[in-house]
Amino acid sequence: MTTVKLSALSPGQSGVITALHAEDELYHRLAAMGFRIGKRVQILRLGRFSGPLHLRIGTTDLMLRRDDANKIDVKAG
Amino acid sequence: MKRIALLGMPNTGKSTFFNRITGASSRTGNWPGVTVDLLGAKVLLGKDMVEIVDLPGIYDLHGFSDDEQVVRHFLENNPVDQLLVILNTSQIERQLSLVMQIKQLGLPAIILLNMADEAKKFGITVDPEKLSEMLELPVLLLSAKYGTGYKEAYKLLVQVLQQSRPVRLESLREMLAVDHRIESEMEEILKKTVDIPAQLSDNLTSRLDSVLLHPWAGLPLFFLVMYLTFQAIFIFGKPLQDGVTWMLDTFRHAALDPLFSHSPFLVKGLLLDGIYNGVGTVATFVPIIILFFLFMAIIEDTGYLSRAAFLMDALMSRLGLDGRGFVMLLMGFGCNVPALMGTRVMRTRSLRLLTMLVIPFSLCSARLQVFIFITAAIFPAKDAPLVLFSMYLFSFATALLTAVLFKKRYQNTEPFILEVPPYRFPTFRQMLLRGWHEVHHFLNRATKFIVAGVVLVWLLTHIPTDVPPASPQTLAGMIGNAFSPLLDPIGINQKLAIALIFGFVAKEIVIGSLAVIYGMQGAGLMNLMAHQLDWVQAYSFMLFTLIYTPCLSTIATLRSESKSNGFMLLSLAWSLGLAWLVSFVFYQGARALGY
Repeated sequence: MTTVKLSALSPGQSGVITALHAEDELYHRLAAMGFRIGKRVQILRLGRFSGPLHLRIGTTDLMLRRDDANKIDVKAG
Repeated sequence: MKRIALLGMPNTGKSTFFNRITGASSRTGNWPGVTVDLLGAKVLLGKDMVEIVDLPGIYDLHGFSDDEQVVRHFLENNPVDQLLVILNTSQIERQLSLVMQIKQLGLPAIILLNMADEAKKFGITVDPEKLSEMLELPVLLLSAKYGTGYKEAYKLLVQVLQQSRPVRLESLREMLAVDHRIESEMEEILKKTVDIPAQLSDNLTSRLDSVLLHPWAGLPLFFLVMYLTFQAIFIFGKPLQDGVTWMLDTFRHAALDPLFSHSPFLVKGLLLDGIYNGVGTVATFVPIIILFFLFMAIIEDTGYLSRAAFLMDALMSRLGLDGRGFVMLLMGFGCNVPALMGTRVMRTRSLRLLTMLVIPFSLCSARLQVFIFITAAIFPAKDAPLVLFSMYLFSFATALLTAVLFKKRYQNTEPFILEVPPYRFPTFRQMLLRGWHEVHHFLNRATKFIVAGVVLVWLLTHIPTDVPPASPQTLAGMIGNAFSPLLDPIGINQKLAIALIFGFVAKEIVIGSLAVIYGMQGAGLMNLMAHQLDWVQAYSFMLFTLIYTPCLSTIATLRSESKSNGFMLLSLAWSLGLAWLVSFVFYQGARALGY
């Protein structure tokens, strides 16, 4: 089990969050959306042309830009 | 009067609930401590009138987004008797945090679990009694969309309000200053009262998404959806708009003209050509705005708008905009006014302002009429499609240029994380209410401004009264003359300058004003213009018309939506400046090449 960036997962894969390297505002928003260490995130699909990630966390579906997804570490699998 | 505030996260059906309990009686208004308008209504609850305020949807009472601050400032400055907190039941594990924050602040709250039916489909069940007991707050199940659970909510509200006392603001302010540890209590409660399956059951939404967000088919489908929506709005809207115009004209000919036939010229002109026509201009927008928001309600409330944002985000994020901005920009090709109003879905002010700065460059249907007429008059038929197409290219190019140039100034600091809600279909009532609210908003905010503008232009083109209207001897002609050092280098003569002053009010009247200015109509006017203008001048005039300013109603909307005269002036100055520059480069370039 290696730790990778959330943006490195491919569609259908999921991972458990190990770290959030987000600054204040992003961290706050992520926390409100349910991003917490130990939570599982699943990638539903990736937007074309380096578009955003469509993902599912808990019971919420949302989209996140790749730059922001780079700040989240997950343990794949 | 007792005050109730409605609070909840976005996408919980909060506004639907608000509309249902207030009907069409709600009004936007200002509140102490907050800089944006909030929707409020006074309704009869039991024996007393109470005031209900719809607060913006927020994720976090302690957060720092624009909306989160608005809610905090509202609560700190306006004593509330009772909070109604609406949760989306299928997301309760995440939304309960807001309830815990409210409870921590000691605010009196009733919890309404909305969309319980949808949650059941996902296999999520909640025990409301146990939840109520653990939270020490009343909890009710509800369907805002279908109107179930309302009787119980009313009864409870009346009962609770009888003993309620307004929140003490000083202690609330103190409490809000400190953040708290909420998490473990929340998890404990969730564990005991809510059952969530490990894997959400597969459903219609995933299947629809696999088609609508398909890596290859997604974008073409998006453009198809946009095209059909666009066509539908204007196919239904055109006859309605024509109908309104016809009714206003008929009333004028049958009743007003005879009534004022003996009034002095200035009085008659001011009342009929000024004020009555101004009101008429406003009225013709009503059907388009209603239709636009009927369709926007479908696109937004079904959840497709966030899918559109997903599809277009790769391109739009480079321009400092987001995918929703692209949808509004496309809608602007029909009419800029509702497109500007539609930007209200964006909750970040800087992002919204940037989008509003870009939309006026969308070549709307009114401008298209002017271009079709001039193209037909000046250019050979085989070149006409190319000329019109080039106008659309210029429209896109100026919009993109504006976004790129201003994205630093209106930098979006809020992280872009958008919920992708499950597909839902709005009820017809929801759609109608939306249309009604938007029209009401437009009429309220823009009417005075538009009427004043129409009156002003009428005065400019009719004073002094002893010369022919719209002639070079009128004030408009003199202004055209005074600006000739600026307008000559772009090939715009005094007659065209007067038409531009008319076009400031509405592009629909440009052809009519040219008829008055040249004293000819239809084919005769075309011939005369073809005789007096060469194609370089005509094209330069079209470029200037495309860019300089959409119309008075757009400006009024820019002003009312941004609540800033400064922003309105910036938008105006930028489009005027850009219009001149583009026309100048084109006109001088073409002349230098020997055309």
